[in-house]
Amino acid sequence: MMNELAYPFDSDYILKKRKSIKRTLLGEAGGDSGVKRVSKRIAILGGSTTHDVKEVLELFLLNYGIEPVFYESGYAQYWQDVMFDNPELTEFHPDIIYIHTSTRNIKDFPTVKDSADEIDALLEQAYGPFEAMWRKIEGTYHCPIIQNNFEPPVYRLMGNRDVSDIHGRLNFVNRLNGRFYFYAQNHENFYINDICWLASCYGLQKWSDSFYWHMYKYALAVPAIPELAYNIANIIKSIYGKNKKAFVLDLDNTLWGGIVGDDGPDKIEIGQETSVGQMYSEFQRYLKAHKDLGVLLTVDSKNDEENALAGLSRPDSVLKPEDFLVIKANWEPKDRNLVSIAKELNIGEDSLVFVDDNPAERHIVREQVPGVAVPEIGTPEQYIQILDRSGSFEVTNFSEDDLKRNEMYQANVARQRQEASFTDYTEYLLSLDMKAEIKPFVSTYMARIAQLTNKSNQFNLTTRRCSLAEIEEIAGKSEYITLYGKLEDRFGDNGVVSVVFGHQGAFDPGKVPDEDERTQFHVDLWLMSCRVLKRDMEFAMMDELVGNCQERGIKEIYGYYYPTAKNKMVKEFYGLQGFEKVSEDDVGNAVWRLDISEGYEKKNHVIQMNEQ
Amino acid sequence: MTREEVFEKLNEVFRDVFDDESITVNDATTADDIEDWDSLEHINLVVAVERCFGIKFTMGEVTGMKNVGQMADIILERIK
Repeated sequence: MMNELAYPFDSDYILKKRKSIKRTLLGEAGGDSGVKRVSKRIAILGGSTTHDVKEVLELFLLNYGIEPVFYESGYAQYWQDVMFDNPELTEFHPDIIYIHTSTRNIKDFPTVKDSADEIDALLEQAYGPFEAMWRKIEGTYHCPIIQNNFEPPVYRLMGNRDVSDIHGRLNFVNRLNGRFYFYAQNHENFYINDICWLASCYGLQKWSDSFYWHMYKYALAVPAIPELAYNIANIIKSIYGKNKKAFVLDLDNTLWGGIVGDDGPDKIEIGQETSVGQMYSEFQRYLKAHKDLGVLLTVDSKNDEENALAGLSRPDSVLKPEDFLVIKANWEPKDRNLVSIAKELNIGEDSLVFVDDNPAERHIVREQVPGVAVPEIGTPEQYIQILDRSGSFEVTNFSEDDLKRNEMYQANVARQRQEASFTDYTEYLLSLDMKAEIKPFVSTYMARIAQLTNKSNQFNLTTRRCSLAEIEEIAGKSEYITLYGKLEDRFGDNGVVSVVFGHQGAFDPGKVPDEDERTQFHVDLWLMSCRVLKRDMEFAMMDELVGNCQERGIKEIYGYYYPTAKNKMVKEFYGLQGFEKVSEDDVGNAVWRLDISEGYEKKNHVIQMNEQ
Repeated sequence: MTREEVFEKLNEVFRDVFDDESITVNDATTADDIEDWDSLEHINLVVAVERCFGIKFTMGEVTGMKNVGQMADIILERIK
């Protein structure tokens, strides 16, 4: 991670140095803490010049571990490229299409002479082509669409009345945006890039400086391009499951003013009594609201635990001890505490955001634990703004699971305690009263399934990443068997935790199978969330998969293991499931085979299956 | 700021924008002399020069500039 590209960044520096920044990023061995970058094909369809948008977007994406390959439409050809199937675009096979349009692309605005009906017709005339284009993309490319909304017009013919009067340009733009949002609310693979908000943050007059339009046909000021590109990069990295998952928070002068160990819990500044106390309360409310989004809260503080808890237990503290999944209040180095927090939550260190007012602590964590986000949070009055713009938790797909995540992790802690009271592990598993629902993909869970394919790294045999559109496509094909696994127990519902799919026929799904291949099955993807490790869920999944295969007359199941930096734990997975190893190359890519023609013995004895 | 000092700073900006440490500009330097200096890069150059000297060129000035010497003249005029 390059600090120069983390919020708050210096846009002028990025624009000026972008070539050398790119060199540095590409020179990093693999970049992003040793994780290999994923390559994504991104089509930028512009309603104005897009050259620098592309150049700067590339930097932010590289920094997020995504190596983009770009297609750029001809100048202002966004609509024509899609509607008339530009062969260059169809052959490009985009993974994502970004449509960079702006208020400059609205041809006809209402005038005061128009009637309400005429204005409605104008609105339809402006909106219709966009929706036609999105639907065409959905049908042809099945890929996520990122669409700019419209920034407010730079001038208001009627002054303040422009916003409320139907003849006003500002009123018209707001109505058009409303139509865009309605489409977004009803289409899952469609994301608004909110330039309306960005422009207001940046300053509309600077953002829409007409110099850049008339000179170079840029719809926004060139100095604002890094802000735009960063915003797009956050959406893209979120789509590909690269969001952060947890806050790791310091206490003294981060969550409250003062030092609880020195001043005592009565003297720290929090609550409504002082301006400083109010400011910290607002920050605590901001953090607490993240829990509903599924973001986990933890504490990493140099304090005696007793004092830390006393501070959080004040009646006017918004955040309470029970809001945190892990509280590390001790005198260990913070980087070490942070590593053990990641271990306890069973998530990667690169999923953490470390928030600390002390620059020295930030420096140590940044140096010692690569991949952790360590924002330069500034002064207390800036904390919210800087964390908020950092885009660590950019929400693209919001699933039921996100709402429940904190509960689920809490249930995990309870399970760990239950486990300690049993000597026989099987007895412990039986005591959990586990119930699984293992069924073919259904639309309710498609978003969660796609999210899991992009997020799971450790218990993941082939690490195949899928967009929502791909998942939907696979679910509809007859040669595929798809299974999601949902697991519930006496401590709570874990939600969808395992995903498996594969296809019948030849290894290459595009090839016509020969005689032998017709009764073969290939497991394309097998993943499980680490939160249900050692619960025998993988055996329940295998039982169900084999049952499905037997119904289809399949005789052999082929499993594949492709090693990555993170999935060593499943190297012997197929061996444990009773497969025999067929081959393995020098880098460890292995093929395993299970013969089910002579029958199959079920392996799960602790989870109840598919109860109604 | 003297004309020499302006050129010194311009050299730095040109080297950053074109990522080429060997660039040295003079009064007569034009887009033809620097390989990557096309119309798309020109905008970045203009923005970087503006930020470096804390000024903003008008559209008329940008369209009228024939070489780096004229750019330096405008800068000197502005920062007086």
